[in-house]
Amino acid sequence: MYSAGTESLIKQARDIGEVDLHKFYSRISKQLTTREHSHDVIDSLQRLHLILASNKYSRRLPVELHRRLLSLCLSSSVEQLTVLTLAVLRETLPPSGPEQNYTLQDYCPLNSHAAALVISQAGCKGDLSALSSVLLRSLDGRAAEGPSLTPNLPLTQTIPLLNTIITYSPDSLSEDHVIVLSKKLVDWLRYASVQQGVSSSGGFFSSPRIRQLGTVAELDGSVCGDFFTVLCVSPSFSEDQWMNLYSFSLLRHWLITYHSGNEGNPSTDTAADGRLVLSFSLSHEDRSEVDGSVVSMVSATSSSSRVLPPKERLREKSLEYCQRLLEQSDRKALKRADADLQKACLVEAVCILDSVCLEDAGCVYRAFPCVKSLFGRLNSDLSYSRVLVPIAQFYLNHGETAAVDSECVWRCVWGVLPAECFNQPYLAYEMLSFIRANQLLLQNSVPLYTHYFPNLLKFLAWDSPSLVSDYIDVLPSLVTAGTALELLHSLLDLPCLTAALTLQLRSACLPLSDPGGRGLTSLEAFRSPVYRGLFLFLLRGEAGSGDTIDRLSMLHDLLLEASDWPRVIQSAQSVPVLLHVYFNTVTEVSDERLLAQLVLVMLERSSLLLNIPTYQEEIHRVFSYHLLRLCKLHPSVVVDQSRELLEFAGMTANVHSKEDLYTHVVWVLGEYLSVSSDTRCSVDLITSCFETLEAVLFEITFSGSPTPRIATSLLSTLAKLASRSHDLIPRVSLFLSKLRSGTVSWCHSEEDAVAVVTRGEELWSLLKLPSVALSVLTPPPLASASGWHRDANTALPVRLRTLTSLTYTDLKHTPLANTH
Amino acid sequence: MVQCFLIHTVGPVNGLAPGESRVLYSQVFGPEQSALTPLDEIQLEPEQRRLLQKERVAVVARQVRSAVTLSREASGRVLVETVLGEELAAIQEADTGVQRLGRGEPWVGEKTVLWLAVQGLAFTLVTEPHENLLLAEGTLKNITRHCLEHLRMLGTGSDVLLKSDRVDVLLHRLMPHGLLLFANHRFTQSLEKDMTNYMAK
Repeated sequence: MYSAGTESLIKQARDIGEVDLHKFYSRISKQLTTREHSHDVIDSLQRLHLILASNKYSRRLPVELHRRLLSLCLSSSVEQLTVLTLAVLRETLPPSGPEQNYTLQDYCPLNSHAAALVISQAGCKGDLSALSSVLLRSLDGRAAEGPSLTPNLPLTQTIPLLNTIITYSPDSLSEDHVIVLSKKLVDWLRYASVQQGVSSSGGFFSSPRIRQLGTVAELDGSVCGDFFTVLCVSPSFSEDQWMNLYSFSLLRHWLITYHSGNEGNPSTDTAADGRLVLSFSLSHEDRSEVDGSVVSMVSATSSSSRVLPPKERLREKSLEYCQRLLEQSDRKALKRADADLQKACLVEAVCILDSVCLEDAGCVYRAFPCVKSLFGRLNSDLSYSRVLVPIAQFYLNHGETAAVDSECVWRCVWGVLPAECFNQPYLAYEMLSFIRANQLLLQNSVPLYTHYFPNLLKFLAWDSPSLVSDYIDVLPSLVTAGTALELLHSLLDLPCLTAALTLQLRSACLPLSDPGGRGLTSLEAFRSPVYRGLFLFLLRGEAGSGDTIDRLSMLHDLLLEASDWPRVIQSAQSVPVLLHVYFNTVTEVSDERLLAQLVLVMLERSSLLLNIPTYQEEIHRVFSYHLLRLCKLHPSVVVDQSRELLEFAGMTANVHSKEDLYTHVVWVLGEYLSVSSDTRCSVDLITSCFETLEAVLFEITFSGSPTPRIATSLLSTLAKLASRSHDLIPRVSLFLSKLRSGTVSWCHSEEDAVAVVTRGEELWSLLKLPSVALSVLTPPPLASASGWHRDANTALPVRLRTLTSLTYTDLKHTPLANTH
Repeated sequence: MVQCFLIHTVGPVNGLAPGESRVLYSQVFGPEQSALTPLDEIQLEPEQRRLLQKERVAVVARQVRSAVTLSREASGRVLVETVLGEELAAIQEADTGVQRLGRGEPWVGEKTVLWLAVQGLAFTLVTEPHENLLLAEGTLKNITRHCLEHLRMLGTGSDVLLKSDRVDVLLHRLMPHGLLLFANHRFTQSLEKDMTNYMAK
C-alpha cells in the first residue's frame, strides 16, 4: 500500500530548492492567466499542494499568485479548481504586510470552500463572529449589507459551517442568532415535506425542479406514516428534506451548547407537581404500549406548541422527532446500511431526549415511557448493546424523577454486556466513558455498580493498553470496604482473567475436534469439568462469592503457557499502576482490621502470582512501597500481624526470591515493633522477632551470599530491637564486632564490604550507649515526623549521624582490643 | 464534530524513526484552537499556529500507530493481503479501535480518536467526546472505502499524495466541514453519485 515511490515523492517535495520553487510559482502564475484552464493547471496545483503540505513549516506564496488563487477559488465554476485552490490556500498563509490585511470582504462572494478557508485561518473569535453573522443573515433570508457579502453557498452548507463555529466559539452567535436558528431548526425538523423530491442529474447541488412524485417511504418500504425524518427514504430528496438531515445532524450539539443549564431552574414546587402528573401519565402511557398500536402516536400526542417561545418550541419538536425515530427504528430496514443507521439514530435520539429532559423535567413523563419500552425491546438483543449505554444514562438521570426502578437496566448493562461483549472496543470505550462521567453518582446511588466490578474488569483485561487510563480514573469509585479484598485479588489475577477470556473465546470458536485447539493444555483444562470451578470463579460477573480461591496456584500452573501471550503481557503491564491507585484509595475507606488483612494478602500473594517475566518483581515493588505506607499510617498493624510478618521474615527462601519485599518487611518489624508504636508490644515479642531474624542472618551469612541491602537492613533491625530490650545487646554486639574483624567474605566486592562494615561499626558504637541507642533507633514521633531523614527508608535521624561522627572520631583512638 | 481526518502509516517506513508515522493526508476542520483561546495571553503568529496544528496531527498519528501495533500484537491475527478491487474485503479485514485523547494530549480539551487500520495504513478520525460513535464509526468505514477505491490505495501508486483533492471532495460530501451526517442509504447514494461524477472527470 505504501510504496517506496510515495516516500520518495515526499522527500522530493520537501527538498525542493528555493530557485526551483520560484520558477514553479511563476509557471503556475502564467498558467493561471490563460482563460481556459487546461489539465496542466490541475497537475501543477496538485504538485504545489504536495510541496506545501509535506512541509512542517509554512511557506508564503508570492502576493500575486496568492491573489490569483484566491480569486479562482471564489469564482471558478469548475469544482476541481475550487477544491485544489482551497487545498493550496489552506496550506499557506495570507501574505503578510501592512497593506495585505485580508478581511472577510476578500473572501466574498463566500462559497462553501472559501468559508472553510476563513474558518481554518481564523486568528481570533472576531473572525468567526463576523462569518457567523453573514451565514445567519443568509439563513434568515435578509440581504446582507452590500451585495458583495451575500454568500453564494447552498443552504445545506450553512449548517455544517455553523456547527464548526459553535464548536470552537459558541459565543460567536448572539442571542438573536440562536433564536433565529432555533426557529429554523423547528421548521426543518418538523415540517419537511413528505413528498418525494424530484430526481435531478446534478445531485442536490443543482436546483430542484417543481414536479413532485409520490410520498417518501419508511425504511421497511411502507408508506411514510407521519412527518419526515432521516429514517425516511425516497429516490431523491427535496431541499427541505436535505435540511432535515442536516438539522438533525446538528441538533444534539445545538441543544448541548445553547439549551443546557443557562435558563433558570424550575422551582421545587413545579418539580413536585411534575412528579404528580408523571405518575398518572406513566400508567396511562403504559397502557398504550400494551395495546401495541402500530399507528404513530407522536403527531397525535403533539401539543399545540405554536405559542411556545422558540427555545422551548425547539425542545418540544426535538422530543417529537426523537419519539418518531424510536418508533421508526422498530421497522425492519431493507438495507443493511439503514439498519446500522437505525442504531445510530437510537443512540442519538436517547441522548437528545436525555438532554431535553435535563433541561425541562416536565418532559420526563413523556420521554420515559418511550425509553422504557425501547429498553424492553432491546435488552435481550446483544446487537443493540451500544444503544443500551445511553439508555442507562437516561435511567440514571431521570429514573428517580419518574419513580422507576432501574435495577433491570443495571443488571443488563453491567451483568450481561461486559461478559458477552468484552471484546468490542467501541462498547468498552462507551461504557467506560459513561462510568467515568457518572462515577460519583453511581458509587453513591447505585449499589449494583460496585457489585459488578468483576465483570467491569473484563474490558480492562481484554484491552488494557487503550483502557488503562480510564480505569485509573474509575478504579477509586470501585474500592469500598466491602469490595477491597476481593478487588485486590482480582487485580493481581488480571492477567489470569485475560488468559481465561482468551480461552473462552477460543473455546467458543474452535470445535472440540479442531486441531488448532490441540496442544494448548490451558484450553484443554478450560474445557475439562475438573477445573471448571476454577475458571468459573475467574470469569465470575459479580462480587461476593469469596475473595479468592484455595487452588489458585493450580490455576496459575494451568495458565502457565499463557504467560507469553501478548495480550496477557499487556494486561500484566497495567496492573502495577492500578495497584498504586488501589492502595492510595483503600487507605481512605478501610479500618484497621481491613488494613491488617491487606497486609496478610500482600504477604500471601507475593508468592502466588502468574509467572510472567518481571511481573512478580513489579508487584513486589508495589507491595513494598505500600506496606511501608500502611504501617506508617497504622503502626499497630505490625503488632497485630507480627506472627505472619515474622513467619515471612523467618523464611530464608524469601530473602532471595523477594528481596525487595523482604527488606521492607524486616524494616517494618524493626521500626514498628516497639512500645511507642503499640503498647501491646511485649519484651517476649521483641525477643522472638530478634531471634527469628538473627537466625536468618546467621544462616545467610554462613551459607549464602546476601546482598549488602539485605545484610544491612537485618543488622539495623536487630540493633533497633536490641536497643528496646537491653538483654539482647551483647548478642548483636558480638555479631557486629565479628564484622569489624573482617569476616565479610560473603560480600562480592570491596565496596559492598565497606558498606556493610561501616553500618556495623555505626550500630556497634551506638549500642555501647544503650540509652542513646534507644533514642536514636526508636526516635520519638516528633523526630521521625518532621522530615529529618535523608532517606525515608532508613530510620537514622540526624542525631544518629551527629553521634556517629562523634563516636567515629573517638574510635580511631580506641584500640580494637577494648571491645570484647 | 470531527476535528480532523488523517491517513498515515502504521508500519515501518525507511528513514523514519521506529514508532514514528508518516502522515500522507490530513484535513483539520475548524481553526487552530490556540487562535481562539490564547494560552497565557500569548497570541501566536499564524506560522506558529500552523506548526502547532501539524504537531498535533503528528501526535495523533503516533498514538494511533502505537495503538494499532498493540492491538495487532494482542489479537495475533495474520494480516491478509488484499489487492486492487478487493476494497470491501480489505475493510472487513481491517483492525479498528477507539481511544481517548486526554486533556493536553494534544488538544486542550478531551477528544476521541477512532481508527481503522488497513494493512500498513490507518484512517483516523478525531472527534469531540460527546460525538455519536456509532455514526462516526460508520462514516469512517465509508470514507475509508471510498479512499481505497478512488485513490487506488490497495495498489502501489501515489495517488493519495498527488490526487488529494479527491479526498477533499469525498470528505466535503460525506462529512461536510466535519459534520457527521445521519444519512440513510438514499441520501448516501445521492452524495456518492455526485462524488463519482467528480472522480470521473
